[in-house]
Amino acid sequence: MPLLELENLTVTFDTSSGPFKAVDGVSLTVDAGEILSIVGESGSGKSVSMLALMGLLPWTAKIEADVMRFEGNDLIGMSARDRRRIIGKDIAMIFQEPMSSLNPCFTVGFQIGEMLRKHLGLGRKERRQRSIELLELVGIPAPAERLSAFPHQLSGGMSQRVMIAMALSCNPKLLIADEPTTALDVTIQAQILDLLVRLQKETDMGLILITHDMGVVAETAERVQVQYAGQKVEEQPVRELFRDPHHPYTAALLAALPERARGNKRLPSIPGVVPGPNDRPPACLFEPRCSFATDLCRRTVKRQPASLGLALCNYPLVDGVPQGHPAPAAALAERQEELI
Amino acid sequence: MLRFFLSRLALIIPTFIGVSIISFAFIRLLPGDPIMLLAGERGMSAERYAQLSAEMGFDRPLVAQYFDYLMGILQGDLGTSIVTRRPVLDEFFTLFPATIELALCAIVLATALGIPLGVLAAVKRGTWIDQTVMGTALVGYSMPIFWWGLLLIILFSGTLGWTPVSGRISLLYFFPPVTGFMLIDSLLSGQDGAFLSALSHLILPTIVLATIPLAVIARQTRSAMLEVLGEDYVRTARSKGLSPRRVIGLHALRNAMIPVVTTIGLQVGVLLAGAILTETIFSWPGIGKWMVDSVFRRDYAVVQGGLLLIAIIIMFVNLLVDMLYGLINPRIRH
Ligand SMILES: Nc1ncnc2c1ncn2[C@@H]1O[C@H](COP(=O)(O)OP(=O)(O)OP(=O)(O)O)[C@@H](O)[C@H]1O
Ligand code: SF4
Ligand SMILES: [Mg+2]
Repeated sequence: MPLLELENLTVTFDTSSGPFKAVDGVSLTVDAGEILSIVGESGSGKSVSMLALMGLLPWTAKIEADVMRFEGNDLIGMSARDRRRIIGKDIAMIFQEPMSSLNPCFTVGFQIGEMLRKHLGLGRKERRQRSIELLELVGIPAPAERLSAFPHQLSGGMSQRVMIAMALSCNPKLLIADEPTTALDVTIQAQILDLLVRLQKETDMGLILITHDMGVVAETAERVQVQYAGQKVEEQPVRELFRDPHHPYTAALLAALPERARGNKRLPSIPGVVPGPNDRPPACLFEPRCSFATDLCRRTVKRQPASLGLALCNYPLVDGVPQGHPAPAAALAERQEELI
Repeated sequence: MLRFFLSRLALIIPTFIGVSIISFAFIRLLPGDPIMLLAGERGMSAERYAQLSAEMGFDRPLVAQYFDYLMGILQGDLGTSIVTRRPVLDEFFTLFPATIELALCAIVLATALGIPLGVLAAVKRGTWIDQTVMGTALVGYSMPIFWWGLLLIILFSGTLGWTPVSGRISLLYFFPPVTGFMLIDSLLSGQDGAFLSALSHLILPTIVLATIPLAVIARQTRSAMLEVLGEDYVRTARSKGLSPRRVIGLHALRNAMIPVVTTIGLQVGVLLAGAILTETIFSWPGIGKWMVDSVFRRDYAVVQGGLLLIAIIIMFVNLLVDMLYGLINPRIRH
């Protein structure tokens, strides 16, 4: 039984300009001890899908899913009270902005301790003991003194370590890390990633690592799910994904990696932006930015089988060649031009 | 903290001098002669007038009078009322407890109701609850106090006969003041019904005086809460599986209180200004009514001394609020 199963998750925001689907039929599973990476540009619904799972979206969000199960328990039908026994304890989450994610009015010790009291019922002395252990675990020097520190006295990296310690306090079975290093300095980024992966290995928890950085994916993940404009467009084990991406969007993301950009010209990036609520293409959402797009892509789009990475594309790439495309050579030439 | 305190103290001295000049000048700018008012209808002989004038120092140049006044202050002497012939400071301390009692009750009421209402409105943002609370607050905020007080007296004291019209306690009870606070003194007196009588006298003035601060506190709490509820750390608190009660009542409210405490502190000035009207409507023997009476009598010493004392109180309370602000905001404390 997978640790987490999500099937056909859809999140619709009620906005002033009408309903907006931020997440559109996303499915995913995570097993214990596994790292799943979710990648995609800004606005592709990575955070929203995980916040939906945690029950942290505002009331303007309508959440629908065929299946939303954790350890076999249905999360959708569950009462808010029952869900709060799982959230924070068995499923924990850390966020992109460590500096603003800690409450400025309370000490580090208080913020870790309140989880230990709520979920584990620990007494004052045990809480202190365990908090010190946790801070040690995440590599914070002088942990006993840090307990009485306020968040504004911590650096970004330290704050993220505290957030991780807090998330790990009740030994969660699943940790969701939403771009945990985006707001940090490059050197600190690597440290925090190493820490997360090491802790994941030690505790055998499942880890969902959200990022828009393919480099991070290459270093950490085992399985990768690529999201675009709220849809899952491809899913593969990390090595296969890097070797042979099937969706043009994935291929473009990989081509944008600095070490892959050949010809020492300027960094290639994908032209255009993720469609917003008002400019959604009719069928394939990547169509306006795709160099392989044909008329068919404006009418319909097809989900490929697992052997092709579940790519949501009419002409999935195999070794860089669009399968079934009417004029593959011309399209490739055009793409090459764009990349240079 | 000490440096903070000292820097605030340094600000108080120029403010103090400014207020002393303004309060000295204000009452003298009003037309009317205190000695003629004292004489009343009967009038007064020119010799008697000159004698009284010299006695009270009114014949000296204004600058000299101000200087006398300032020297007096430095020696802790605020002068003597020309009407009662009692030292201003003595009168002040006799009447002040009545005002404190009323103002404390009002600010407690305004805070105790305003904060929960503001939180409720923020949490139920956009619903009829929010609209009702904020609509009522807007009405309360723009309520003319005098009119509002009379309205309540007519309804509750007149038509319904539930509450007394004026004073601090029924004339049936008499006991010497111990603390000056009628609620406490009436309990200490041990007389049957004294406490209830004092309480019933307090209700209407408290409501009237609390109305504007209540509206201000509710609005400020709502907007502070709305801002805080969108913060990342509130999401973190919810992601920990804490109950909504704890997330809103502890994690969010604690941060929202930082601006609200400042607002409450600023209400002290509003309260003392409101006390002048409220005490006049309800014949409440406090410093507000004392000030109004003294202005009508052109009792120079009382008005200038009283204003100065009120200003000192406001400055002192603001200092207290600033320190409290430092206490609840860790970013200032460290
Ligand atoms: N509360 C909300 N109301 C309306 N729209 C929202 C809300 N929260 C998010 N969205 C929209 O949903 C879409 C997906 O947002 P999401 O935060 O999940 O993107 P993301 O993939 O996490 O991007 P990033 O890399 O920037 O974090 C965005 O277009 C965003 O504007
Ligand atoms: S369906 Fe067409 S437009 Fe969409 S990604 Fe595939 S080739 Fe490009
Ligand atoms: Mg995000």
